[in-house]
Amino acid sequence: MTKRVTIDPITRLEGHGKIEIFLDDKGDVAQAYIQVPELRGFEKFSEGRMAEEMPRITPKICGVCPTAHHMASTKAVDDLYKVEPPRTARLIRELVYNAFMLEDHALHFYFLGGPDFVVGLEAPKAERNILGVIGKVGLETGGKVIDMRKRVRNIITTLGGRVIHPVLGLPGGVSRGLTPENREEFAKTAKDAVEFARFSLDLFGSVVLKNKTYVDTIVGDVYKHRTYYMGLVDEANKVSFYDGDIRVVNPSGKEFAKFPARDYLKHVAEHVETWSFVKFPYLKAVGWKGFVDGEKSGIYRVAPLARLNASDGMATPKAQAEHDRMYETLGGKPAHNTLAYHWARLVELLYAAERMVELVKDPDIMGTDIRTLPTQKPSEGVGVVEAPRGTLIHHFKSDERGVITQANLIVATVNNAPAICMSVERAAKGLIKNGNVSDGLLNMVEMAFRAYDPCFACASHALPGRTPLVVEIRGADGTLIRRLSQFVD
Amino acid sequence: MAKPKVAFYWNASCGGCEEAVVDLAEDILKVVEAVDIVLWPVAMDFKKSDVEALKDGEIAVSFINGGVRTSEQEEWAKLLRRKSGLVVAFGSCAHLGGVPGLANLTDRKGVFEAAYGYLPSVDNPDGVMPQRKTRVPGGELGLPEFYDAVYALDQVIDVDYYLPGCAPPPDLIMEAVTAILTGKLPPKGSVLAPAKSLCDSCKRNESKPEKLEIAKLKRPHETFMDPEKCFLAEGVICTGPATRSGCGERCINANMPCRGCFGPTDEVRDQGAKFLSALASIIATDDPAEMEKVAESIPDTTGLFYMYSLPASLLTRKKAAK
Ligand code: SF4
Ligand code: SF4
Ligand code: SF4
Repeated sequence: MTKRVTIDPITRLEGHGKIEIFLDDKGDVAQAYIQVPELRGFEKFSEGRMAEEMPRITPKICGVCPTAHHMASTKAVDDLYKVEPPRTARLIRELVYNAFMLEDHALHFYFLGGPDFVVGLEAPKAERNILGVIGKVGLETGGKVIDMRKRVRNIITTLGGRVIHPVLGLPGGVSRGLTPENREEFAKTAKDAVEFARFSLDLFGSVVLKNKTYVDTIVGDVYKHRTYYMGLVDEANKVSFYDGDIRVVNPSGKEFAKFPARDYLKHVAEHVETWSFVKFPYLKAVGWKGFVDGEKSGIYRVAPLARLNASDGMATPKAQAEHDRMYETLGGKPAHNTLAYHWARLVELLYAAERMVELVKDPDIMGTDIRTLPTQKPSEGVGVVEAPRGTLIHHFKSDERGVITQANLIVATVNNAPAICMSVERAAKGLIKNGNVSDGLLNMVEMAFRAYDPCFACASHALPGRTPLVVEIRGADGTLIRRLSQFVD
Repeated sequence: MAKPKVAFYWNASCGGCEEAVVDLAEDILKVVEAVDIVLWPVAMDFKKSDVEALKDGEIAVSFINGGVRTSEQEEWAKLLRRKSGLVVAFGSCAHLGGVPGLANLTDRKGVFEAAYGYLPSVDNPDGVMPQRKTRVPGGELGLPEFYDAVYALDQVIDVDYYLPGCAPPPDLIMEAVTAILTGKLPPKGSVLAPAKSLCDSCKRNESKPEKLEIAKLKRPHETFMDPEKCFLAEGVICTGPATRSGCGERCINANMPCRGCFGPTDEVRDQGAKFLSALASIIATDDPAEMEKVAESIPDTTGLFYMYSLPASLLTRKKAAK
């Protein structure tokens, strides 16, 4: 029995998390908890470090999305040293950033989340992984995915020195520029990336959207929450990954707040529980009301679907068309369907590719002015980017030598932590009745949190992050009914 | 003949070392063909009980990344040690403690007070802190024990080989795997990377004058860094002289100075102390007061010279006992 229920969930999750589900007297789900059993203390040990080293230190929070931490830190130290990078540096950073978003979204779609749909919800668990995807779509496609990721990751390696923990960012600019050969190569990669994104959307269309069961699952009630949504937008309120203001919409889709990163403390606070190392953010103006959704709860969501919900659309034409098609199918904007995160991720994949094409074309990207040396005394800075998994905020204070005196980090998955808890609970409640633990439970529960592409390595930045996902189901008296786990007993 | 059994495992890790294995790309297929992977949490489905069911020493080699910070991680390390013929500390966190090892400048209390206490977005009027055990409706929730310090892997178990780097580069990973599979291994305790220092393989070494003399140290953001010249010759701290070669000069290719992720060379016990003495010898003054002024221009030498190696250094940690 254990064999059957312990398959892939964890294998397609980044970092470690633990879920516990408690049943009431009737055997229905009373409560569900998702715990992060690790903390590493980055905020504390950043104190005393030199500010310009932060873009090299904070990426070690997560080796899966080091580029997001690198950019958030780099932008925070721009702000701390009160220095504006030259346009060329900005374009280079944004190119690296979109390359990163693209390879990471592709990783999630093909390796982590997508297999549920591409291989099938009821397929044997042993096949619901990248190998199963290759089996379904053919070896050639599999090779295409691996090759595309490799070429896109090469853009990051070239400009950032290393793809795992790149090092190009400095307060006021970047450490190196593009050569004409780089540009030629990157232009080709970007063009092929647009094709690749199109191909991925078509795959999603033919495999998922043509299948009534899948569409019913996506729009069904088990995977729905009415929450607030948060994401970065440009001046035209279009989705932006690298820069912009933070915009929040309410569950009806009306703008609730729009503010520069520097003002985040006026809008966001974090609640603490004794049973998890992860904190639970909420909108200050609404307040912490517990793990409930709706307009009266301060819980908000971030990451692909939330970004699209919080915006007025996409800044590139092909992505905009896909955006419109998605909302048409889902019955309007905002969409509250958690599983639509996968779809929104693919719309963003296309946007990232189109944006790369634009950036490589921009003549200024070949400029030689790539850094502005800081001249003012450092004091305090906030940097924000949209990580693949949502809004990421780095906030540093320093003394006048540029030595960090305080570091506050609100990472993407932490923003989603309260919603992930609710989604897991809702999926469990929809499925477990009268103490009957359905065999479909595990995958249903997994799908509820996998849509968020949660990264518990990031979430555990404040502590270490090791225990993989464990689901424990307990009766009303606390006895363990069933424990489903990947590799911890 | 049965294929050798191999395990990949992560302790307090960022996941970058796991990505490094995935980045072997096509080569990973060669590895998968040659060995029998019995544990790889990020990609495969095996449990602790599967590992426990193996005979002692049955796993030919375990690659373990990440430092050790909690009771659970220590248990895992010990279990894998018992079951494995060879244990390789994979990446700078397992090798030397890594960047998260900087947490040894403080302790558990310090970490908790920041994360759940005084940071400006925290809303915690009652001073709630995570607990080992919490009663909740229906039962109890538990969290593992969080130690006061981060430990390098060999401070917890016996380690046979070390693969340096944050993360180790694919070519060194493949070389190590090949060496193990063909039995062509160096003496136990070796670091599986070149023995020379980074300066020896660095292209910029030619621009390093015979006798280096620095009058003023500059932090990377304070100066334009020449993409050809030796950083140290320009007065920018580069820990190349105290760091092992083998990374392919990754940071230097991006025109950024080395921060030491490959750890010290064989002759050196303490990477930070080694760099400090190298630096002292090139600062262009004998006057102690003058020297101090130069040193003051780098306000965090501990964080800089031990960025990857504090737990394994002579300083190790704030609290002496576990
Ligand atoms: S060595 Fe580097 S890449 Fe590996 S786990 Fe540690 S921080 Fe991550
Ligand atoms: S000090 Fe740095 S830049 Fe200079 S030769 Fe050594 S490794 Fe190269
Ligand atoms: S240059 Fe230094 S810090 Fe960078 S990868 Fe090489 S050894 Fe590590």
